[in-house]
Amino acid sequence: MSGGAPIVEVEGLTVDFVGGAKPLRAVDGVDLTLRPGEVLALLGESGSGKSVTLRALMRLLPERRAVIAGKVRVDGHDVRALSKSDLTAYRGRTIAMIYQEPGIALDPVYRVGDQIAEAVMRHEGASRREARTRALELFERVRIPSAARRLDNYAHEMSGGMRQRAMIALALACRPKVLLADEPTTALDATVQIQVLLLLRELQRELGLAVIFVTHDIGVATEIADRIAVMYAGRIVETGACRDIIRTPAHPYTGGLLASRAGGAQAKGGRLAAIPGVPPDLSNLPPGCAFAPRCKQVQPVCEQAVPAEASIGHDHRARCVLLSAGSAAGQREVFGETT
Amino acid sequence: MMEGSRHGILTCDRGGPAQPLLSVRDLTRHFGGRRAWIGAKVGERRGAVRAVDGVSFDVAKGETLGIVGESGCGKSTLARLITQIIAADAGEVIFDGEAVGTSALDLSAYRREVQMVFQDSYASLNPRLTVEETVAFGPRVHGLARRDAIDRAHDLISRVGLDPTRFAARYPHELSGGQRQRVNIARALALQPRLLILDEAVSALDKSIEAQVLNLLVDLKDEFGLTYMFISHDLNVVRFMSDRVMVMYLGKVAELGAADVILANPRHPYTMALLASMPSMDPDRRTTEAPLSGDPPNPIDPPSGCRFHTRCKFATPVCAQTAPALAEVGPAHRAACLMAAPGSAHPQAPPGAAVAA
Amino acid sequence: MAVITDIGLDVARIPAKPIGRGYWFGVGRRLLGDPVAIAAAVVILAIVLAAIFAPWIAPADPYRASMLRRLRPVGDALYPLGSDELGRDMLSRLIYGGRLSLLMGLLPVVFAFIAGSAIGIVAGFVGGRINTAIMRTVDVFFAFPSVLLAIALSGALGAGILNAIVSLTVVFTPQVTRIAESVTTQIRTRDYVEAARVSGAGPFAIIRVHVLGNVLGPIFVYATSLISVSMILASGLSFLGLGSKPPEPEWGLMLNTLRTAIYVQPVVAALAGAMIFITSISFNLLSDGLRSAMEVK
Repeated sequence: MSGGAPIVEVEGLTVDFVGGAKPLRAVDGVDLTLRPGEVLALLGESGSGKSVTLRALMRLLPERRAVIAGKVRVDGHDVRALSKSDLTAYRGRTIAMIYQEPGIALDPVYRVGDQIAEAVMRHEGASRREARTRALELFERVRIPSAARRLDNYAHEMSGGMRQRAMIALALACRPKVLLADEPTTALDATVQIQVLLLLRELQRELGLAVIFVTHDIGVATEIADRIAVMYAGRIVETGACRDIIRTPAHPYTGGLLASRAGGAQAKGGRLAAIPGVPPDLSNLPPGCAFAPRCKQVQPVCEQAVPAEASIGHDHRARCVLLSAGSAAGQREVFGETT
Repeated sequence: MMEGSRHGILTCDRGGPAQPLLSVRDLTRHFGGRRAWIGAKVGERRGAVRAVDGVSFDVAKGETLGIVGESGCGKSTLARLITQIIAADAGEVIFDGEAVGTSALDLSAYRREVQMVFQDSYASLNPRLTVEETVAFGPRVHGLARRDAIDRAHDLISRVGLDPTRFAARYPHELSGGQRQRVNIARALALQPRLLILDEAVSALDKSIEAQVLNLLVDLKDEFGLTYMFISHDLNVVRFMSDRVMVMYLGKVAELGAADVILANPRHPYTMALLASMPSMDPDRRTTEAPLSGDPPNPIDPPSGCRFHTRCKFATPVCAQTAPALAEVGPAHRAACLMAAPGSAHPQAPPGAAVAA
Repeated sequence: MAVITDIGLDVARIPAKPIGRGYWFGVGRRLLGDPVAIAAAVVILAIVLAAIFAPWIAPADPYRASMLRRLRPVGDALYPLGSDELGRDMLSRLIYGGRLSLLMGLLPVVFAFIAGSAIGIVAGFVGGRINTAIMRTVDVFFAFPSVLLAIALSGALGAGILNAIVSLTVVFTPQVTRIAESVTTQIRTRDYVEAARVSGAGPFAIIRVHVLGNVLGPIFVYATSLISVSMILASGLSFLGLGSKPPEPEWGLMLNTLRTAIYVQPVVAALAGAMIFITSISFNLLSDGLRSAMEVK
């Protein structure tokens, strides 16, 4: 499925937003690795820093307001050190992104086919005819019916699901090695969402893409990811294989998210096991573990320092003091097996 | 906490427990389009968006009716029709045995009985009013004195889980999404309604906050003896909250029945597809095939006959000709599908006399 | 009384502050942090105070003429800012002139604000055919450039300060109406207005509580940007002889009467124009500052 040297290596990524009333640390010391052909889901709620992390990988953050530190290497390139011209080549040929709103990627005043052709011509130096052929190929690959006719559509003439597919085609136009997906299915209806997820899975397998998929929906992450990294308040609090995270979550936040889902086996009329409290204020984080104010198993030591990463199983790590002290088995007792 | 309104009419049970709290009959609303000038169908709109098209259902006292459907199904328009924000083209709304808008139940009295919580918690709050002013607005409009309205507002603010000393004088931009939605709920309860319509009320919230607000809604329902209409696109949430579920497709009711029954044993192919579209929670048993292809069609000029037949796996020629009525397919379980309706012309229909709902 | 405490754990983060910080408090604070707006406000305040306290501040009688001491330059022993073509003290005339100029500049905008807001809010809130009728009528006025319209109306009504104020009010009301209608139409579709309707509020309650508070702010900012235009138009009308009449001290009129002296004492001749310039720029800058302060939610 996947293997080889990592194609994405992020070490100690920190993003500070300066310019508002108070400086805000949106991403705090994030480490990520991604192998070719692997799908990593970044799971988190609003304010967790997942979208900012994604944009840092493509250097899409505003230059003056966002201060980035740490190492970011994609396919051998040091992303932070790329020159302007190298950056343009990097975006599209090495890495591409799809968004929640297709309107962000698709220009409303140009036909969709022309936009794809333009990207191919610029990046690969192809002729107009070759580019059009490639655009048609891509449209067929993303399963747009009547592809030849649809190439001449404008974005507003297509339905929501079709626009999403067109955006995926545009992203794949120049054969990138890494695909970043920022909640691409969140705004879609359920029946369309599952179509797009299956399409992405199929394309990823066929093309051997490495994918980082940002989402707030555990179900979507389960459907698409090989590995999951859970983010909270700008930090990665747990990371591991999809199976491990869903079946045996180690961090109290992950466990809380899984337990509070309304899909579980609660008795009708009972209550959900909700996580108490409110999401953290990033400009005013408490010292120590950011989840401590809401954690049911908080200890005095949690508030003193940010917990270090503890290893639980093979490739399963979490930042929680309970794990270094106790054992993974102890954690399982608390949450029980889920699903 | 049952105070009288300025007319001395208490909001109280008029019809007894057996009578449905809300009865909707053949409710219809179209938007836009052009009226035909000549020909057989003079006056009818052509090319109109048929947002809600002949919807009928009941809501029993004290239950939660979940309404599910995708974009274009008409659930939001239905909510607006029931709260009388927009007027219906045809059909009627009967509240506790009295038709709304008639002398038996005028609009002002009806407004005290039915309230709504909207999806966008930020846009639902006037940015210039404090939390207590927002919650007290409704009672004041209906004649309550300022001091009493503020007291009631404080009481409700604390019942939805916010400390009045900290939150009553706050402005919406100082609150988080979950807190704002709690304020919206308090505002809706300020008039002591009996029916609360929740139009995707938790859809825009983070999952951890969503669970808190759902718990709150369950608690409030017991405490105030409310009846809920819970509109959502998330089947898991609907299953948790609802006693009965209504599935809508392109302005019509596709299936209606008890939540456990419908979600475990759906009879309408669309409901089956919706259930199959939910992401799997088991990494070893992922979805392999999309249950439906294409996007939900446009409510302008919907397909003939059964509106779902263009995307249905089980469609036969008869489905394009006959629009199925909502038929009994089980005890208190109805579906608008020829395949499920006994005695219909569909080759896979169960035998028996056709029983129209 | 059941208090659901799911949310309780983090309430300590929110201080128990009985008075919430309102929107206008934030606006005031941002305005105070804007040096340009502060400077402009100070200048306007100085001019307004000088106009109000003119009898006590002005060194000489603005009407007292002296044919011997005509067109003295700036810095003259008797006349600090020189004297005009009839020997009257410029400084005193400028100070007294502020009264009429400010009046003719501010009053039309105030009246237009009241009338335009009323018409525009009604049109925006009601919508439909009434809105179309009102707004298309307003559009007719937009076909005329404001200067021409002001001159035409003043000419028809006759010269005089009151007539000038009336004609300028008529010129500005359509502009305010348009802004008011546009903002009201946006607010009308907001969820909280729908929620108010679901609560059973009638149109007056909704306008009073929900619409006015959100709409008057932007209209007010727009109106303040009209003040400078109004001052210039009023001065223009006086310059053309359609506004105030001699011997009243008024900046526009002073510009007119000193026109012929421009080769003799150019600085003195331009002084009234400088006052118009300073005052209208200050109002503009203050209006800009107000707009930026109000932008942030």
